[in-house]
Amino acid sequence: MNHEKVIEVKDLVKKFGSFVANDQLSFTVYKGEIFGFLGANGAGKTTALRILCGLSKPTSGEITVGGYNVQKQSEKIKQNIGYMSQKFSLYEDLTVVENMRLYGGIYSMPIKQIKARTTEIIQKLRLEKQKDSLIASLPLGIKQKLAFSVAVFHNPGIVFLDEPTGGVDPLTRRQFWELIYEEAHNGITVFVTTHYMDEAEYCDRVSIMSEGRIVALDTPGNLKRQYNVQSIHDVFISIARPGGIGV
Amino acid sequence: MITVSNIKKTFDSVIACSDITFEVKPGELFGLIGPDGAGKTTLFRILTTLILPDSGTALLDGHDVVKGYKTIRTIIGYMPGRFSLYQDLSVEENLEFYATVFGTTIQKNYHLIKDIYTHIEPFKKRLAGRLSGGMKQKLALCCALIHSPKILVLDEPTTGVDAVSRTEFWHMLRKLRKNGITIIVSTPYMDEAGLCDRVALIQNGVVFTIDAPHSIIANFRKCLYAVKGKSKYRLIKDLRASPVIDSAHVFGDAIHITFADDKPEINLVESYLKENGHEGFSISEIPATIEDYFLQWSLAETT
Repeated sequence: MNHEKVIEVKDLVKKFGSFVANDQLSFTVYKGEIFGFLGANGAGKTTALRILCGLSKPTSGEITVGGYNVQKQSEKIKQNIGYMSQKFSLYEDLTVVENMRLYGGIYSMPIKQIKARTTEIIQKLRLEKQKDSLIASLPLGIKQKLAFSVAVFHNPGIVFLDEPTGGVDPLTRRQFWELIYEEAHNGITVFVTTHYMDEAEYCDRVSIMSEGRIVALDTPGNLKRQYNVQSIHDVFISIARPGGIGV
Repeated sequence: MITVSNIKKTFDSVIACSDITFEVKPGELFGLIGPDGAGKTTLFRILTTLILPDSGTALLDGHDVVKGYKTIRTIIGYMPGRFSLYQDLSVEENLEFYATVFGTTIQKNYHLIKDIYTHIEPFKKRLAGRLSGGMKQKLALCCALIHSPKILVLDEPTTGVDAVSRTEFWHMLRKLRKNGITIIVSTPYMDEAGLCDRVALIQNGVVFTIDAPHSIIANFRKCLYAVKGKSKYRLIKDLRASPVIDSAHVFGDAIHITFADDKPEINLVESYLKENGHEGFSISEIPATIEDYFLQWSLAETT
C-alpha cells in the first residue's frame, strides 16, 4: 500500500457547549486507500466528517486534508475533494449533461476538460441515450453511479462518501463499489461511512467510533482476528455490546 | 390475517405496485424485502388505509382496506418509514399521547412494551427529537404497540440505523410474536430476510418470490463458490474475463462466483488465477443467502 499520507488527524476535539462530540481522534489515511468510517448513530462520525470536508472547524487538534490545514485552509480543502451523500447528490431538475456542466463550473474546470470528462463518464456508464434526460427520470441505481462519477468529476485526490448506498438493490450496490474500487486503483483516496457491514469488508482499513472516540482501527481481517469473530458485523457487536445482545 | 389480491397502484407513468398478491398468516413475522423504489412503502400505505389502490383488494383481519378503513385503523400499529412522533414532546409524553388517542392507558398494555421500554425509560423526560436513531426506533415501536394492535405494520424500521440497534430491534420483534401479534415488516437489508417466517421479495413493483427463507435458499439452483484473496479489484476483473465463469460479485470479504453451464471447473479457475499472478487465494463451495438469490434474479432480469 502507498505510504503517502493524504489525511492526517491528530487529537481532534470538537465540543458543542459541554458536549464532546469528537474526543481526541487521531488517525492517518493513505493515498489510494479505501478507508471505512463506522460507528453507531450519534457516535460522532458526521461531526468528524464535516470537519474533514472543511465545513466546520474543530475545537482543537492538528488536521490536514490533502496537505491543507483544516483551521486555516478550509476553502482549499473544498476545492480539492469530492463529496457524495445519500441525502444530496445531483439536481433532479437538470439533465445528466447539465449537472456535469454545473459541477465542472463550480470546480472552475476549463470548458474543454468539462466536455472531455462528460464524454468519458457517459461512455463509461453507457448513458448515451439518457444524457439529456432529467435526473428525476432515471432509476435510482443509475443515479447512484452517476452521483459518484460527478463527485469525482474534477479528479480530486480524495472523495468523501457519506452512506452512499442506503437502500439500493444488491446488484447496483456492487456495481457502485466496483466504481469505487476502480477509482481507488487509479489513486483516489476514498473515505466512506456506511451502515452495511459487508461494505466495511470492502475497505482496506476500518475505524469504529463509539461515543466520540475511535475504539478500533485496523484492516477488516485483523479486527476479526482480534475479536475472534467471522464478520465486521460481529466485531461491531462485540465492541458495542460486550456482554452480547441481551434483549 | 392479511390478504392482498392483485393490488395495482400507478403514479403518473410509474407503476409502483404491479399486480401484488400474497397472504400473511396470523401470528406470522412476514418480511417484504426489496430496495428503494421497489414499491414497499406504497403497498404499506395501501394496507394502512392511507392511500387507495387503483385496483385489487386487501383485507386485514377480514376488513377491506377501502370499506373497512375505520376498523382497520383501530387494530393496526403502524411505524412509517420516517420518524413521525412528536419531536417536541418527551418520550413519556409521546407514549401517553398515543395511549390516550387509542382510548387506553400506558399501564393497561405495559406488559407488551416493557422489554423495549426499559431501554429508553432512563431517557423518558428527554424530548423525542433529541434521541439517537436507535432510541427513536424503540420509542416508535412502543407507540405502535401501546394499544395492543392485532397487526403491526413496520415500514423500513431499521433503515439508516446502526448494525447493533438493528440486531436488537429484530430480537424485540421476534419476542413480540409470542404475544400472537401478526407482524409485516419491510426492509432493504437482505440479511434481515433470514429472521422472518416467510418473505416476499419485491423489485420494481413486482413480487417475484414468496416463501420461507430456507426454502428460497434451497431453491437456489446454481453451484456457488467463494473466492478469497488479496487485491479484490484485480481478482474480480480476472474472474469475469474467464470463459468458465458466469458471474462474479463481491460479498463482504469474498467474491461469489457461479459457473457457465453450472459446471464448477475449480482446477481450471485455480490455474487461471495463478497464471494471472494471483497468490494465496482460496476457492470453496458455499451455501447461498437471500442476497445471492436476489442478485441472480436481478442479473437474469437485466440480460
